[in-house]
Amino acid sequence: MSLLEIRNLRTYYFTSKGTVRAVDGVSLDIEEGEALGLVGESGCGKTTLAHSIVRPRPEAMQIVSGSVWFESDSGRVDVARLPENRIRSIRGREIGMIFQDPMTYLNPAMRIYDQIGEALMRHVGCSRSKARQRAVEMLAKVKIPDPLTIAKYYPHQLSGGMRQRVITAIAISCHPRLLIADEPTTALDVTIQAQVLEMIEELQKDLGMALMLITHDLGVVAKVCDRVAVMYAGKIVEEGDIFSLYKEPKHPYTAGLLEATLSIEEFKERLTTIEGSVPDLANPPAGCRFHPRCPYMTETCRKEDPPLNVTEGGRRIACRLYM
Amino acid sequence: MSPPEALVQVRELTKYFPSGGGLFGTPRLFLRAVENVSFDVLKGETLTLVGESGSGKTTTARLVLRLIEPTSGTVLFNGQDLFKLAEDEMRLIRPRAQIVFQDPLASLNPRKTVMKTLEQPFKVHTSFSNKEIRDGVVDLLEQVGLTPPERFLDRFPHELSGGERQRVCIARAIALKPMFVVSDEPVSALDVSIRGQILNLLKNLQEDLGITYLYITHDLSVARSISSRLAVMYLGKIVEIGDASEIFRLALHPYTQALLSAVPIPNPEVAKTKKPITLTGEPPSPINPPQGCRFHPRCSSASEKCRREEPSLIKREKRLVACHLYA
Repeated sequence: MSLLEIRNLRTYYFTSKGTVRAVDGVSLDIEEGEALGLVGESGCGKTTLAHSIVRPRPEAMQIVSGSVWFESDSGRVDVARLPENRIRSIRGREIGMIFQDPMTYLNPAMRIYDQIGEALMRHVGCSRSKARQRAVEMLAKVKIPDPLTIAKYYPHQLSGGMRQRVITAIAISCHPRLLIADEPTTALDVTIQAQVLEMIEELQKDLGMALMLITHDLGVVAKVCDRVAVMYAGKIVEEGDIFSLYKEPKHPYTAGLLEATLSIEEFKERLTTIEGSVPDLANPPAGCRFHPRCPYMTETCRKEDPPLNVTEGGRRIACRLYM
Repeated sequence: MSPPEALVQVRELTKYFPSGGGLFGTPRLFLRAVENVSFDVLKGETLTLVGESGSGKTTTARLVLRLIEPTSGTVLFNGQDLFKLAEDEMRLIRPRAQIVFQDPLASLNPRKTVMKTLEQPFKVHTSFSNKEIRDGVVDLLEQVGLTPPERFLDRFPHELSGGERQRVCIARAIALKPMFVVSDEPVSALDVSIRGQILNLLKNLQEDLGITYLYITHDLSVARSISSRLAVMYLGKIVEIGDASEIFRLALHPYTQALLSAVPIPNPEVAKTKKPITLTGEPPSPINPPQGCRFHPRCSSASEKCRREEPSLIKREKRLVACHLYA
């Protein structure tokens, strides 16, 4: 059984301008200890998917149908349906999270070791002094230089890269089985990004936790992940092993995205692009959502939404071409 | 063949921003954003300034167009010393030297239609009739790929996609046939699938109109595809400058080497085996930059000399590099 099993999940936003179908029928598994990359462009629903698992869920956001089964210490639970008081015993303890903007998730008026210690006191029942001591150990684990000094700092005294390390220290303090990282390095400079990615990779291996890395950056996924799922307009269009998927993308969107991705290894005189732009999820196209931009579009694609089928080698593809 | 002519010559450009202090006798502090930066932008080329946040690349770009005044130094644009010009003389230069910013939504007036935004340069700088202005705007929209133009004229910025907005900003920049366009991270806010469209547009315009670009970016993968020459900045200084393909082939400065090796490669076979040169620590504050070479506290090759003496740019294999290793 998988650690996390997302089944037919639909998460919509009910706004004054209509219903935004941000996640629209997603099924995805994460196995114990693996690193899964979830990639897609802005507005494809990847962050909504993360929030469907662990919340916070804004008022307008609702899980319309589907389930998110998580193998927790106290048995298999559907975290999508769990009441808030029960999700609290899982979030921060069994599922850790790190986000793009650490400042939003750090308390500006609380010293670093108390922020890390908070989770330990709540979930593990540490005393304050024990929690502070463990917090310093966690800071060392995320490779913060001079952890004893930094522990007493406030968030504003730290740089962006250091804050991201602190958030990671909080996320892993209770040894979670799953770490969800939503664009953890997007706001960081490239040399700092390299440091943080290296740290995440090492922690994932050392602690044996599963990682769900959400990003728009195909380079970041290539470095860190074993498996990758590509999202487009609220759906997963392709999913498979990282090596084979990058080498032989099957879905026209995946192929287009990889073609359009720039690399410092290669000079391109003319850049490949995907014509058109990402659809509005309040009013997505009928049939396959990629059809208006797809070079292989047929009459069927306009009408019928292709299911995510398993093909040879375990690759899952949602495209008429591979049915 | 004679060497290509410089359109823009930047010499010892320096900009300090006041940054606190100075009250009741405490020493005044300055953020040394750009210090003694010199380079040429050659006619018809794309020179890219790359660097991480705080390296001074955007400040340099703004100085080059005299959007801000320097602390010292000169910028010659087409032979004219920009900082010596009076305001009305500067107005004559403006149509020839334009800028495109990172965030198109922030640089477009939300209450103006595309037509209103794009007629502005003609109204300010030409004596065109209304008919001529409308024709000019329609031409511009076609040039930037917003076709059919009639569909876009009456739209407001919020009714356009990110890529379309950036096309409007580019149209505004090229309205008066500039020789020189500064592009400050014009694709950073755009998705991968749209990014290529805008970069191709910039390249096409360069070929068609002979525009010279100063391109600013933190994204080395973008720099790889757009640049003729590359200037790498660190803490307000240029550390290496030269032919882009040469630098990507073999970086000389230890900072450039670390920077290039840190860029994630979208190919798992390379990405998983490549070991980046991990820099220790983070860039120091530009308020109080390190003595000697500014990179020395993070440099694995730093020697005693690097702590004391600041290296100047020296010629090495057809490029300039500021590092004692090559002295």
